[in-house]
Amino acid sequence: MEIIDILLAASFWEAAIRIATPLIFGVLGALICERAGVLNLGIEGIFTAGAMAGWMAVWLGAGLWGGVLVAALAGGFFGLIHAILTVPLGLSQHVSGIGVTLLATSLSYFTYRTALPDVSSPPRIEPFRPLDIPFLSDLPFIGQALFSQTAMTMLALVLVFVTGWVLYRTPLGLAIRAVGDNPSSVEAQGLSVYGLRIGAVVVGSSLMALGGAFLTMSAFDAFFFGMINGRGWVCIALTVFASWRPGKALIGALLFGAFDAFQVRLQTEVGAFLPSQVFLMMPYILSIIALIVVARKADYPKALLVPWFKGQR
Amino acid sequence: MSSAAHTSSETSQDLLLSLAGVTKRFGQLVANNAIDLTVHKGEIVALLGENGAGKTTLMNILFGHYVADEGTVTVAGRDGNLEQLEPGAPQAALDAGIGMVHQHFTLAENLTGLDNIVLGTEPIFRLRRDRSSARAKLAELMAGSGLNVDLDQPVHKLTVGEKQRVEILKALYRNARLLVLDEPTAVLTPQEADSLFAILRKLAATGLAVIIIAHKLAEVLAVSHRIAVLRGGAKVGEMKTSDANHKSIAELMVGREVPASRRTARTPGKPVITLADVTIDRGDSRRSLHGVNVTAREGEILGIAGVSGNGQAALAQLIAGLDKPDSGTVEIFGEKVTKFDAHTFAQNGIARIPEDRHHDGMVGSMTVAENIAIEDVRSAEYQKLGFLDFEAIRKRAEHAIADYDVRCPGPDAPARLLSGGNIQKLILARVLEKSPKLILANQPSRGLDVGAQSEVHRRLLEARQGGAAVILISEDLDELLTISDQIAVIHAGHITPAMPTDSIDRSELGLMMAGQKAAPHAPDAPPATTTTNPGETA
Repeated sequence: MEIIDILLAASFWEAAIRIATPLIFGVLGALICERAGVLNLGIEGIFTAGAMAGWMAVWLGAGLWGGVLVAALAGGFFGLIHAILTVPLGLSQHVSGIGVTLLATSLSYFTYRTALPDVSSPPRIEPFRPLDIPFLSDLPFIGQALFSQTAMTMLALVLVFVTGWVLYRTPLGLAIRAVGDNPSSVEAQGLSVYGLRIGAVVVGSSLMALGGAFLTMSAFDAFFFGMINGRGWVCIALTVFASWRPGKALIGALLFGAFDAFQVRLQTEVGAFLPSQVFLMMPYILSIIALIVVARKADYPKALLVPWFKGQR
Repeated sequence: MSSAAHTSSETSQDLLLSLAGVTKRFGQLVANNAIDLTVHKGEIVALLGENGAGKTTLMNILFGHYVADEGTVTVAGRDGNLEQLEPGAPQAALDAGIGMVHQHFTLAENLTGLDNIVLGTEPIFRLRRDRSSARAKLAELMAGSGLNVDLDQPVHKLTVGEKQRVEILKALYRNARLLVLDEPTAVLTPQEADSLFAILRKLAATGLAVIIIAHKLAEVLAVSHRIAVLRGGAKVGEMKTSDANHKSIAELMVGREVPASRRTARTPGKPVITLADVTIDRGDSRRSLHGVNVTAREGEILGIAGVSGNGQAALAQLIAGLDKPDSGTVEIFGEKVTKFDAHTFAQNGIARIPEDRHHDGMVGSMTVAENIAIEDVRSAEYQKLGFLDFEAIRKRAEHAIADYDVRCPGPDAPARLLSGGNIQKLILARVLEKSPKLILANQPSRGLDVGAQSEVHRRLLEARQGGAAVILISEDLDELLTISDQIAVIHAGHITPAMPTDSIDRSELGLMMAGQKAAPHAPDAPPATTTTNPGETA
């Protein structure tokens, strides 16, 4: 009974969408990179960098949207490092990605500590407010669940549509899908393999950084150590779950958000006789099960992880 | 110019492409040495040569993948004026109307044919793709050329022949005026090859110029107007196809006389391996066999003809002892096999020449000597007190290198430095020196040039003469018809009864390989009946 009550509450869905928002940014970013053939394990570090850079920019006096821009630029910068190492230089995408995660995370912490050497708790900023859209926000249920989110959540939802449109309806998207499938097909048609791949990784990484920025500028109002807490890795798994499709990526992120919101509520209901760690594990276990069911049939971009060199055939 | 003429009305106006004095060096190696070549509108030119003769390098220069050290590439603009092509710029070649169909297709497999064709032809930053006008243009091209293919299927669902059509359409869609095809028939059935040639002739009649890079002589003679022969990076001859004959071109290509392989009569001995009603079901027709009966006898070459991907891999795995049947029996020298593993099979005298010689035939990072010994490290010959006897291994390798003419720096060189033909000689040496009872030769001459091919055939015939049974899995009809005593056809996991080679009609064999014709014999009918049908030619 209680379970049904939980699922029917607008506040539950409001939380699910809020929890899903950074994952939507992250999984869209990962999907764009991988569609072009580059696995970006820098995602966890890029989330951290985005969270840190966006928040610090606002704290230093930039507007909230200025902070979002700074976060995107920081993500793009680390994406560029990863792209240069893996695309023209053709290094192992795994090694480079983990290196970027370590570098971006450490640099973020270092910057934070250098800027704020003595504080025990970080200074707070004024984060994005929940929207109050005339009429829409007043609708029953959906008004609270969807239309009272912050502007960044709306941006994430719009980006799902934009990414889908670009990938499937524009010549650029066709070229990105082709370069992740067989780079030689792109070169033979006179397009630049390196240009497409580097561009996709930089843009994808910028989106990942927005996922981080959402945490410090919308969900919370400050930067903490360890606050990304594996969200980047979850996005990598969700990309496979989504079969590299933006629409399915949205569903995957919402599913994960719902699991997470559900465990918090369940904990308060039946937490008396089950240790809380069991509930914390739940979204992850359910994602693994979902992955096993879905990903076994997944149609990987054929050239994912395969470096390409000019003149080689 | 007159040597190029195939029509009397030809003038310099028709000149489309002219390569003059093209030279390309890679370090010490001169890959192209002062090559001149002209191509005219509506002309099909065959560029012949052995592997390493410089054909592909020349075409890569034309297509802008490489930059020539010397010489010029001139293309007639659409207005008829000759202009030098910007070197090293694939986009410039595309713009000049040069389209290339690589031997390994450059198609994105998960995308549809239409997407592959349209890719890169629209300005890239646009909000929408214009598919309907692309469709209209392609429908017109398909109707005019006979290049029919379902453009809305993802490419991985198309057959090899259809993929090739997509590649050609890709070039035509970009208004190609010169089409370069690199070994276009290597992957086709004889019927598909014939239909490709018909399409090319039709396209040439509309003014398209075609260069075919090839090393199969029969095809070149069938389709081209003019033949240019490369050897060792230089052009060694050029002639009208009507003035050319098989033997003279082969000698021009190889630079010496090519001994024709010929079977001598021999009575087959007792069966070495017998597969009775063998079924292996792996769900996927490429890796499955269905109720297969095959017998290989001493002193006989049994050809297994088929387009690759029809169960040859399953058959080869089974005969090498790498897989076991779900049902049915395998007998070696009349004894039923119960233990299926490669070592047992090898000890029974079964040796294999694997299909992928680079991947399954050798270990690239190990030396030539180690590769010679690798299948027999357990034999006493290579051991001393339980350790490997490298002295003996080296000696064996030195003999093998000399006897089989393996061109390599020496027994201690890493095997990956060897060319495809020399790797195959290395594998032949390893296999034949054991005096095997049965040789499983899977596509033994694929990708080899005329010289190396005739060497492989000579060695296999020699082994047959010495009493070995040979199972020859091949797609090459010429090869099968030249050296096999009997031929069976494999299609979708089914194998026809073996037919004596002398009774086989070439075009029927092609139809059977394509699965369009059943075997002419009932399974237990005597194989002596002739089946030649003079009314049926491709």
